[in-house]
Amino acid sequence: MTKPANNYRIIGKPMAMTDARAKVTGLGKYADDLSVPGMLFGKILHSPHPHARIRSIDTSQAEALAGVKAIVTGQDARTPYGVLPIGHDEQVFATDKARYVGDNIASVAATTVEIAEQALDLIRVDYERLPVWFDPEISMQAAENWIHDERPHNIEKEYHHVFGDPDKGFEQADFIAEERYYAGEVTHAAMEPHATLAIWEPDGRLTVYSSTQVPFYLHRTAAEVCEMPMSQIRVIKPLIGGGFGGKSEVIPIEIAACVLAKKARKPVKILYTREEVFYAHRGRPITIVYLKVGLNRAGKITAVQARVIQDGGAYCGYGPVTVLYSGALLGAIYDIENMRFDGFRVLTNKPVCGAMRGHGTVNVRFAFEAMLDQLAHEAELDPIEVRRRNLLKAPCITANSLRVTSYGLPECIERVYERSRWKEKKGKLPFGKGIGMACSHYVSGAANPVVRSNMPHTTVNMKIDRDAGVTVYTGAAEIGQGSDTMQVQIVAEILGVSTDRINLIACDSDVTPIDLGSYSSRVTFMAGNACISAAQNMREQIFAAVAKKLGCGPNELEAKDNRVSKIGEVGNGMTFDEAVATALDFHGALVASGTYTPPEESRGGKFKGAGVGPSPAYSYSAQTAEVTVDAETGQVRVERIIAAHDCGRALNPLTVEGQIEGSVYMGFGQALEEDMVWNEGRLMNPSLLEYRIPSTKENPEIESIIVESGDPEGPFGAKEAGEGSLAATIPAIANAIYDAVGVRINSIPITPEKILNALREKQKSTQGDGASASRKSPSVGEAR
Amino acid sequence: MNKELIRLRVNGEEREIAVAPNRLLLEALREDLGLTGSKRGCDDSSCGCCAVLVGGTPMLSCVALAASYQGCEITTVEGLGGSGELDPIQEGFAESGGAQCGFCTPGFMIAAKALLDRNPNPSMDEIREALSGNLCRCTGYMQIFEAVRYAIEKMRHKSGAAVRAD
Repeated sequence: MTKPANNYRIIGKPMAMTDARAKVTGLGKYADDLSVPGMLFGKILHSPHPHARIRSIDTSQAEALAGVKAIVTGQDARTPYGVLPIGHDEQVFATDKARYVGDNIASVAATTVEIAEQALDLIRVDYERLPVWFDPEISMQAAENWIHDERPHNIEKEYHHVFGDPDKGFEQADFIAEERYYAGEVTHAAMEPHATLAIWEPDGRLTVYSSTQVPFYLHRTAAEVCEMPMSQIRVIKPLIGGGFGGKSEVIPIEIAACVLAKKARKPVKILYTREEVFYAHRGRPITIVYLKVGLNRAGKITAVQARVIQDGGAYCGYGPVTVLYSGALLGAIYDIENMRFDGFRVLTNKPVCGAMRGHGTVNVRFAFEAMLDQLAHEAELDPIEVRRRNLLKAPCITANSLRVTSYGLPECIERVYERSRWKEKKGKLPFGKGIGMACSHYVSGAANPVVRSNMPHTTVNMKIDRDAGVTVYTGAAEIGQGSDTMQVQIVAEILGVSTDRINLIACDSDVTPIDLGSYSSRVTFMAGNACISAAQNMREQIFAAVAKKLGCGPNELEAKDNRVSKIGEVGNGMTFDEAVATALDFHGALVASGTYTPPEESRGGKFKGAGVGPSPAYSYSAQTAEVTVDAETGQVRVERIIAAHDCGRALNPLTVEGQIEGSVYMGFGQALEEDMVWNEGRLMNPSLLEYRIPSTKENPEIESIIVESGDPEGPFGAKEAGEGSLAATIPAIANAIYDAVGVRINSIPITPEKILNALREKQKSTQGDGASASRKSPSVGEAR
Repeated sequence: MNKELIRLRVNGEEREIAVAPNRLLLEALREDLGLTGSKRGCDDSSCGCCAVLVGGTPMLSCVALAASYQGCEITTVEGLGGSGELDPIQEGFAESGGAQCGFCTPGFMIAAKALLDRNPNPSMDEIREALSGNLCRCTGYMQIFEAVRYAIEKMRHKSGAAVRAD
């Protein structure tokens, strides 16, 4: 694939983030850094029981405590809400039942944090304990005592999809693998704990500063629960200390602060402890995948069958979307004609799971890529060759109605194949050392919003006045991924000005138009395209005025290097300041607007559940992992990961590399270390000391390779870069472990215990059937 | 708990504040002195976001009692660099993508500062070791290592000192 020619001044050049100085000086403000005079401090009372009827709540003693200014319970905020229109099953404070340890019961605002904490101790709640459901496969069999009366058998949602003829496909297979895969629950663990400052204004409005990656959801939900028009609420996003999906759904702290501020008629700030962050998390659910894949002798996948069970926790949240993604994204990566998918989102008495980087796809991709490696081995084919033989012929529409417009996966595969020196290493390294590979992909934004409408998914406004500064108003949420910088680059490129002339104002609902938020990797594609459209609109106005003055047609003009001139006559024409002054003569202050709406053709099929999975474009990733496994201790050291990612075009290579490396890092953590450990609905490791995320010590060397397939509809060809690489890392490591010591671990995280057990089992079975040990089989000494 | 007056020397300035004996140094910095650059990311000394230099040694201010640090030379992220000038470490983190969300960045820069002050030419293993008390969830650390190498180069350029090849 040839790279698109790059004649751009700013696009495609590495650029430090526009807010970098605010961050490195420590002067930039995150939600908890903000305070206002008279501010109260809020704390939340959580349920100590996983499932209990609330007989009564007595707040009288707490109210009598000096310094307590307001106490709110479910009676003060009765409106149920949820991120999906089909899942409005949460109240900010439970009224009838507590459904998980940590469920929200009441909240106190007081003059100090200490007083608020004392007040929580004085609230008397009379609970009646109810039968509990923790294991999703047991919970979905429940005959009674359901967590929500209106959700029989604790099944939040189930979907059954068939594409092509899977039965026939399996008949045509020469090799069939069938396995159960298990993925433990993992969490975002963004370094910034959630914080919200809600300010009751003298005019009866509410101003909310919150650590949110989707200000629009917060805005909408705060209005519903506070029973105020959206126009009376102003949501402002300060700097956000990481999101990864954990700040996308409205989190109870945000609404609690609003409800308290409204009741107290005061500013109220609430800050989660790290333990509260773990319980509120909405991360990646425990996922059980029963997978069956057929392969013929030619290495072609003939059929896929996946039964996916997700442990969603006690409320709906994003659940149906998460489970639908796990099925939909079986498509759009390889050419698979015959597919059967049965997906179950199950309710349990545990905290709610939700969207986490690679939403819905990661655990199923682990299972699929591990199984493909296994089948390749059985068919005596190179795993890379098997992938080559199952590529899509893009552009195309997949069996499950996903439209693929650009497809850099073949180049990603070849790049890691070369760079890793795969041919010299695969199957040829000494016992204990191994190399593995896997692929993954992800959406560049959802083509269908959670609330179906035909409205644009984003709008960007722009103004230029006599100072000739360009002010961009965007609702797109910068959460550390570099979206502010990306938008500045695009506007500067199109207007032909230097980036320091652009002032970007983001996420202040009184000023900026609505954007659907930073989720599903949608911002570059959608806000990027809206920026192009707004800047082109602005440039037309300037060109029209300049053309009149120069006596030429507007299409004879170009804007670059802070000048507007006739094409090819850079020295002539005028400076950008002069051009703006000329245009102001005609128009007054210049304003322009641009929007983005995914095209109709990108919005997927018509079957039930077809709304999730379709995207205007998909990113692709191929990765190799090299590992060293100590067969005596089961310890795995990942030496190096090479990740090639097709992001369409890297608008800012610096931040694209950062996104690829960050994704790989998070996949590495899930592959080997991260696991939320539950016991009777309580989290056993609710701290960063016990829930281990990788440090500099064990993190592998990560080499990122940018592949640019140039999407026909992406802004300058760009697609997503922030999520698609995560999912490949886990199976690449699992496959490398197999290459190193000859055992397949179908359960993540892959702990030393699991490896040792598998090595012992393998040794037993090898001795049992008297077969001679293959190259990778451990000798007795090695396994012990 | 009764408050008492204490004097803290932060970023070269003597400051007097009234704090309860259980006031954490992090709280004193953020809430009493308005220095919000040091962050609270955990509650148990596991993340490193609150790191400050005490006499040149990185310390976690979330597990330090403010009253115990009277008479010490405390440097926070706000004290790195000069007036309007960025320290080479700050410049490195900005230019190399070492700060994505930026929340862990102050702690990492403090750890890097302590390292480079005592060893201006660390090996890659020494960099990994020195930064291992800090967690970052965004970068995968590669661009943080880049940032430190940027600072090393910049400082070497400034001092003209000889550096061993690594």
